[in-house]
Amino acid sequence: MGVKLLLEKANVPGIRSFDVYRREGGYATAEKALKEMTIEAIVEEVKKSGLRGRGGAGFPAGMKWSFIAKPEGVPRHLVCNADESEPGTFKDRYLMEFLPHLLIEGLLISSFALGSNDTYIYIRGEYAWVATILEEAIVEATKNGFLGKNILGTGFDCMIHVHRGAGAYICGEETALIESLEGKRGNPRIKPPFPAIQGLWMRPTVVNNVETLAAIVPIIKMGGDEYAKIGVGRSTGTKLISACGNINKPGVYEIDMTISVEDFIYSDEYCGGIANGKKLKACIPGGSSVPILPANLLLKTAKGETRYMNYESLSDGGFATGSMMGSGGFIILDEDQCIVKNTLTLARFYRHESCGQCSPCREGTGWMEKILQKIELGKGESSDIDLLWDIQRKIEGNTICPLGDAAAWPVAAAIRHFRDEFEWHIQNRELSQTSNFGLQHYADPIHVPA
Amino acid sequence: MSEQTLFKVTVDNITIEVPAGTTILQAARQIGGAVAPPAMCYYSKLEGSGGKCRTCLVEVSKGSEKDPRPMPKLVASCRTTVMDGMEVKNITSEKVIDARAGVVEFLLLNHPLDCPICDQAGECHLQDLSFEHGKSSTRYEFQRRTFKKHNIGKHIQLHMTRCILCYRCVFTADQLTNKREHGILDRGDHSEIATHIEKSLDNEFIGNVIDVCPVGALTDKTFRFKNRVWFLKPMDAHRDCPICSGRVTLWNRGDEVFRVTARKDEWGEIEDTPDGRPGWICNTCRFDKKHANDWVIEGPREISRHSVIAQGHYAGNIGTTLPTETFKAVNDGRAPHLLMDIHTESEVNQTNIHLSEIEGPSHGTTFNNNINNA
Repeated sequence: MGVKLLLEKANVPGIRSFDVYRREGGYATAEKALKEMTIEAIVEEVKKSGLRGRGGAGFPAGMKWSFIAKPEGVPRHLVCNADESEPGTFKDRYLMEFLPHLLIEGLLISSFALGSNDTYIYIRGEYAWVATILEEAIVEATKNGFLGKNILGTGFDCMIHVHRGAGAYICGEETALIESLEGKRGNPRIKPPFPAIQGLWMRPTVVNNVETLAAIVPIIKMGGDEYAKIGVGRSTGTKLISACGNINKPGVYEIDMTISVEDFIYSDEYCGGIANGKKLKACIPGGSSVPILPANLLLKTAKGETRYMNYESLSDGGFATGSMMGSGGFIILDEDQCIVKNTLTLARFYRHESCGQCSPCREGTGWMEKILQKIELGKGESSDIDLLWDIQRKIEGNTICPLGDAAAWPVAAAIRHFRDEFEWHIQNRELSQTSNFGLQHYADPIHVPA
Repeated sequence: MSEQTLFKVTVDNITIEVPAGTTILQAARQIGGAVAPPAMCYYSKLEGSGGKCRTCLVEVSKGSEKDPRPMPKLVASCRTTVMDGMEVKNITSEKVIDARAGVVEFLLLNHPLDCPICDQAGECHLQDLSFEHGKSSTRYEFQRRTFKKHNIGKHIQLHMTRCILCYRCVFTADQLTNKREHGILDRGDHSEIATHIEKSLDNEFIGNVIDVCPVGALTDKTFRFKNRVWFLKPMDAHRDCPICSGRVTLWNRGDEVFRVTARKDEWGEIEDTPDGRPGWICNTCRFDKKHANDWVIEGPREISRHSVIAQGHYAGNIGTTLPTETFKAVNDGRAPHLLMDIHTESEVNQTNIHLSEIEGPSHGTTFNNNINNA
């Protein structure tokens, strides 16, 4: 059993209510932070912990906090990004649904450290019932004096507001989220200025992921140094992984980032192997926008080393032979899955979710979807593969926000690693409509018992 | 002003000193010529504009004197301010040329290319952009996106099919008029400029959206299909207008005033009035004063000799010389037959047939079918 810091109490009956959470030792860390620690000490602990943003980019949270501008007389804000819309990622939902008070405790400590008196949770519209759970938890916490005016007699005021989004993926981008929170159209802003200088209502703002903010609680509880001892290298602490796809046990797992990818997929504690005795073909290890990896590059890096479930190991080899930790949406594809169709599904998603503000993303995502659709329907031509490659290359890096990159990477990786499958689709137009390319050389190197 | 900090910035190996806070694009425009990146959405007179079209992307090969690291990605020059010692590559960077060609292709992807019947032709920024940075053919083989035409207000027609979503008109309406009446609906490649539930735009300054539109998406209904801009003679004129500056360009043919626009500088932006404010003009000046005696004519307007509008103009210091190899001379003294007069409405070129809605390459049969079905 690995270390559990976040989901330790998730199975305690009634943990959703304030009383049970408090009885299990909840809010003790917040008491400690607010009463005994200074703001600088809290930020220092977070820096020492080496906690990296859990939303996808993996930017060190302590550093992000230290960037926040502190002009006189201007209120600052903390915004919790709960607009978890990346296909394959559902870890924040689990956390908020089962441990709402853990998030609120983390938000309280973070708000105190950042000096935010009005803290916002921007939750995606589809999580309607989760928003209700959070609102109920906020009411409970306020009743018990952990939110509101003069919290625990320290003179610190903090209120948490739950704001429901309208279900747009783009509003998970922090500046689009801020625009949406302000009541405007959710278009990403052009940076600079960054939110730490001019964010919500042009005030200094920090936007953090749900899991990042929840992880503040164990960090303050055990100290930054202790937290940094868990995990390996710059991947400290524990990470929630939402595993899905063709595996026996889909779900949210907390791992301590020292486990190998192979163990994670095949051990009974986690995914429990590929479903129906099939073979592993490919995996998208960090949510839909990170590059897909074929089985032979997933379990071992290009250098032949074992690949581990952490930030460095998953990105080993760059985009040529590696991928990214991303948001931890671990999607497994077995031998029956068609990469072309999978790529088309992702391209369709990004076309639908593009905000339409900047031209490469607005026009390019639609174009890629149409070409992939053509190939999938058996009408592709061999020049289409190079065309796709050229389009993704012209989108990547040339857009306002990372959605353009997120749309380009899956297409690029699919062509990079599965070009022969695309070619097979184009050369065998009729056959590709009824049968599957299968495994070919991406064969699962692990022997699966019959 | 002498106390203002000056930053040294180098664009394509040309060094210039500009005040702190200047954008790369503005610095490059001060150098001028081919060094200035093209801009489709940026409009210096409109606050918050820019950053969207991505045609002005440049490579920053040296961040500043203090931090000489290059910027990892191409940056939008219209929204990036210069740092002291910054080195920028525009046309000297292959990455920029490549990315810009990509952006032009993306912008033209769903554009109907109905230039022959578009009023903007000749003064269209997208035409200039694709001529300078684009390719002569497209790799797009799917049906292009089309929208219905909308009349927004008495004088303006919106043709979304041609729109490149630069947001300029949205900013204009936001900043120039006191009511916000139109904006963007929907998202992604089906987003559109629209008024709120068919509400018309009737504000006194709303006509300026026509001037800021880089393409033919917003056109002047008092001018639609009346004439091609390159047959008209632009004249600077003014009148004593109680609402606006009254400084305009008249577009004449003979004594007839075909249309009135604000005066535009070499970047296609509204010129400032002598007191330093942007020279926006009101609807009365633009739509209602269509007689030469409404105006005090100042003289012919200078048009860059590179512009198609300058063709055949003799006035001012444009200095057009007549070609020696005329059609007649080459043809042994025989005058040419009239080929096809596509600038006016004719049997083969009817305004109710939308070129954009015809699938694939069209020829006479397509037109005949359309005419018969219409």
